[in-house]
Amino acid sequence: MTQVITPLMSSETGILIGLLAPLLVGLVTPLLAVRSLWRDAAGPLGAVVTFVAALHVAGAVLAGETPRLVLLEFADGLRFEFAVTPLGAVFGLVASGLWIAAGLFSVGYMRGNHEKHQTRFAAFYAVAVHAALAIAWSGNLLVLFVFYEILTFSTFPLVTHKESKAARDAGRLYMSILVGTSVVLLLPAVIYVWVKTGTLDFVPGGILAGYVAPEVVPWLLACFAFGTGKAALMPFHRWLPAAMVAPTPVSALLHAVAVVKAGVFTMLTVIVYVFGIDFLAESSGSDWLVWLASFTILASSFVAISKDDLKARLAYSTISQLSYIVLGAAIATSIAAQGAALHIVMHAAGKITLFFCAGAIYVRAHLTKISELDGQGREMPLVFIAFFLGALSIIGIPPLGGSWSKFYLMLGAMERDLVLVLAVLGLSSLLNIYYLLEPVQRAFFRPKTRQVEVTSQPLTVIPPVATAILSVLLFFFVDQIDALAKLVAG
Amino acid sequence: MNDAPLAVVLAENWNYLVVITLMMSGLFIVISRSNLVKKLVGLSIFQTSVFLFYISVGKVAGGTAPIITGDPDTLYSNPLPHVLILTAIVVGVATTALGLALVLRVYAAFGSIEEDEVLAMKAEDGFPLLRRAAGREDGE
Amino acid sequence: MSIYTLFNNLPALLVVVPLLLSPIATLIPSGRLAWVIALLGTGVSVIAAMLLCSVTASGIRITYFLGNWPPPWGIEFVVDGATSLTAMVMATLAFLATLFAGRALAAEIAAKDVGKAYAAWLLACGGLYGLVMTADAFNLFVFLEISALASVILIALGAGQDRRALIAAYNYLVIGAVGATFYVIGVGFIYAVTGSLNMADLAQRIPDVEAGSIIYVGFGFMVAGMLVKAAVFPVHIWLPAAYSYAPAAVSTLLAAIATKAAIYVLARIIFTVFGGVPEVTALALEWVVVPLSIAGIFLGTIMAIYERDLKKMLAFSSIAQIGYITLGMGIATGAGIAAGFIHIGNHALIKGGLFMAVGGIFLATGARVSVDSMAGIGRKMPVTAAAFLICGLSLIGLPLTAGFISKLYLVRALLDNDNLLIVGLVLASSALSVVYLWKIVEVMWVRSARVDAMEISERPALYIPLWLVAISNIWLGLDAGWLVGAAEAAAASLLGAGG
Repeated sequence: MTQVITPLMSSETGILIGLLAPLLVGLVTPLLAVRSLWRDAAGPLGAVVTFVAALHVAGAVLAGETPRLVLLEFADGLRFEFAVTPLGAVFGLVASGLWIAAGLFSVGYMRGNHEKHQTRFAAFYAVAVHAALAIAWSGNLLVLFVFYEILTFSTFPLVTHKESKAARDAGRLYMSILVGTSVVLLLPAVIYVWVKTGTLDFVPGGILAGYVAPEVVPWLLACFAFGTGKAALMPFHRWLPAAMVAPTPVSALLHAVAVVKAGVFTMLTVIVYVFGIDFLAESSGSDWLVWLASFTILASSFVAISKDDLKARLAYSTISQLSYIVLGAAIATSIAAQGAALHIVMHAAGKITLFFCAGAIYVRAHLTKISELDGQGREMPLVFIAFFLGALSIIGIPPLGGSWSKFYLMLGAMERDLVLVLAVLGLSSLLNIYYLLEPVQRAFFRPKTRQVEVTSQPLTVIPPVATAILSVLLFFFVDQIDALAKLVAG
Repeated sequence: MNDAPLAVVLAENWNYLVVITLMMSGLFIVISRSNLVKKLVGLSIFQTSVFLFYISVGKVAGGTAPIITGDPDTLYSNPLPHVLILTAIVVGVATTALGLALVLRVYAAFGSIEEDEVLAMKAEDGFPLLRRAAGREDGE
Repeated sequence: MSIYTLFNNLPALLVVVPLLLSPIATLIPSGRLAWVIALLGTGVSVIAAMLLCSVTASGIRITYFLGNWPPPWGIEFVVDGATSLTAMVMATLAFLATLFAGRALAAEIAAKDVGKAYAAWLLACGGLYGLVMTADAFNLFVFLEISALASVILIALGAGQDRRALIAAYNYLVIGAVGATFYVIGVGFIYAVTGSLNMADLAQRIPDVEAGSIIYVGFGFMVAGMLVKAAVFPVHIWLPAAYSYAPAAVSTLLAAIATKAAIYVLARIIFTVFGGVPEVTALALEWVVVPLSIAGIFLGTIMAIYERDLKKMLAFSSIAQIGYITLGMGIATGAGIAAGFIHIGNHALIKGGLFMAVGGIFLATGARVSVDSMAGIGRKMPVTAAAFLICGLSLIGLPLTAGFISKLYLVRALLDNDNLLIVGLVLASSALSVVYLWKIVEVMWVRSARVDAMEISERPALYIPLWLVAISNIWLGLDAGWLVGAAEAAAASLLGAGG
């Protein structure tokens, strides 16, 4: 892909376009509100532009460059700059690529549901994507922190979109956990790194070795791990199920892809480029995190089983899957880190499919509970087939993309002789099979218990089918992304 | 001076004793009284004690008033603290005047100059200039 | 008078112009014209402060002898990096507040009083500038009282809307007078053992004084007096009522600049005048200033969370924010003092903007602004509410706003000293501040307006100054280089002058 696009723009312009396009969409949307068609076209169009830019940037990274864009100097040699690491390139691709599908889907969903305040929704949606891309491509910890906060604040209007009491309460929980943890734990950790090393840049191999005593490492890592509330590590995971009051497009792109992936991306980046895998492995500062992540994986799977609400079940499944990525980072071997980076992509494609399906079911049949789905498979076959494929990918069954990342994660665990972790991964897969395939099984193999009127909303069906196909393709055409993921681990 | 008996020390520094007594009684009145005028009286006493403190500090033992006598051996008292206190008196007078003016206004608006009574009263506006009939509500 | 002499007299001009224009403003029957005069007075001060800043930026320390009497006999004005930065912040904010007052003050007080109000306004500004410029310990008391009495008058003007303003003004008068008198007592002790009132002179003489206990006592009285004026917890009790019952424009002015001057003086006393006796100051900093700051940060925030009245909430939040400033100063390292100065500037911007926004809402709705009456304001007054949001995010310390820079440097200064516990406390409280601010944001946008709520219009005269402040909040969050550099220079000059 590099060869095709390179002549069109330098990688610096690529970053600029990729960042500006969503921001512009966000700013222009209110002006376009006079015609709902113009307004709704802006999102997907901007998404395509952004994705092309992200592809280009990723191409440059694959070619061994570090695309860089310095905007201004804050103070004291703290630059406001973007510099794309391989990991950032991966996350940028995921966020912008899935935005195309989510942009289309959200048009169908919002229209089909006759939601209010569609303009505000579209504007903040684009701004949130902008923040996610800026996180992906941030050049140092400070810039990352800045956009981490902006992402929180820009998603607040989306979470409280319904303006009901439940939405307000959820918004409060959302803000207090995300802002609270980031301010109390993440910010001091960032400043601590700055004070100790004098830099906040992302350097392959890390910057902390030699500046921080090994006994401090677990504590500092804890500040980062819990400070990154978006990674939804237990016990700071409550915001994610709460955020499910938001319209499904938000849950799909933001709370399965952009926001939560921004969290685990931060964790991975910090571990790979700030701590350094080797330094972390030497000081064994991340051992505790391996066990906490394992605990989160299992505990949230059990909670997911108990949920009858489809979106709530998916939310707990997300919490569980996010901990796979944290686990990969915490194992601190290059194979595991590669697996973690891959899992960002694979889980994103799979989970967004599931959320799209949940949204489609809601818009078309107004069903939200799993127990209500009995026999609905014949009414909405495409949706449930897409759901089935997405679920298989998350479970990690070939030939679906998710199998790659699980494979690497297991390899990483083997490398460090973490047999128990292997057991956790296996058990979690079994649980996944149970709770993710239940809706499909009910839809196709149970007699229909209720008659519902199913409306036709093509814009809510095409995106899940597309992302389900993507999940399949990701199994076969994984080399480019795998190459990027390999670069992550160095 | 630490060798001298306490009584002698106190007697030699009687001016400070006066200052401290006045200062503490003034401050006590400000804090303990609820009557707004009495508070101002206390404040005045408190400030006056400080004036006395400065003036007595400026006195040089055996010195005369700081008016040039022509005799180079004359011992003068330090005039500077006295001048400072002139300024401070002016400030004190202004403070008291403004305070009393405020008390008058408080009395006009609340019908009382007892602080605890006044504080207990509700928000009810004094002389609202900017009030709209519809949609208003009290702050508390 | 040539340009040269004009330039030479800049330090005096900054103070004298507002003071001289004040009696003129009293005589003017037209409130509009009086406002123009006030604009002129504060505008000249801004220019003077900017010029002073540009001079001190090159490391020059300006000394100015009032009436050409050299110290230690005459009164001296000293302008170094710290002075010019503080003066600059205060003058700019005073000017913006005056801009805002044009419409706001006239709406809240009787037409015949407007001229006199501006007279008090100019007196308060001039007094506060003098407080910052003077290098004479007793002259400082005079400026302290000029500004205090003028502020009392301004606060009492709020009685047109709410009679409780009178009590607030009275309490401020009495508590402020007690504080100022404490300060004078302290000066008296120090004068008795050193025989000087000039700060630089004092700084040299104090270390040589034999009677150490008198230094302790004098220092204690001076610091206690200024703590009252700076509204540091627990002697902040005058502040919430004074800020919340004063007219909107007055709240803006006082919140933006009044306590800042007192904090500056506090730093001057501790680091310059008593810089030569660190054993005395360290005692006060470690056992008084830092613990009180932290207590103030927490209690101010918690009180703000439980407060429903907006202006009072902002006033409580001021107490917490003052705590951040004094905490930075309290750790007494160059970085800490610089962080304090950064927050002096940024907090003036933040609180000035917030009070302006609340004032604008109050003037548009005609009712005291409480959390409940803000419902739906986000849609009814989008321009004002958006500016409120920006300043509010800056208060929380969201990245890309001025407040973030403050927090960044404060935490950095604390971590430099390995004060991990204090870092934790500071950040926990700053996370708490999200609670009260977000409550308002939620009410403004997420909750819909009451059905019977009236039509509301926004006035450019009110929101233009507000937006100037809001934009500065973002600008200083993006490009903090100047402020950080100036604050570091200020810290260096404070510490250097004492060493």
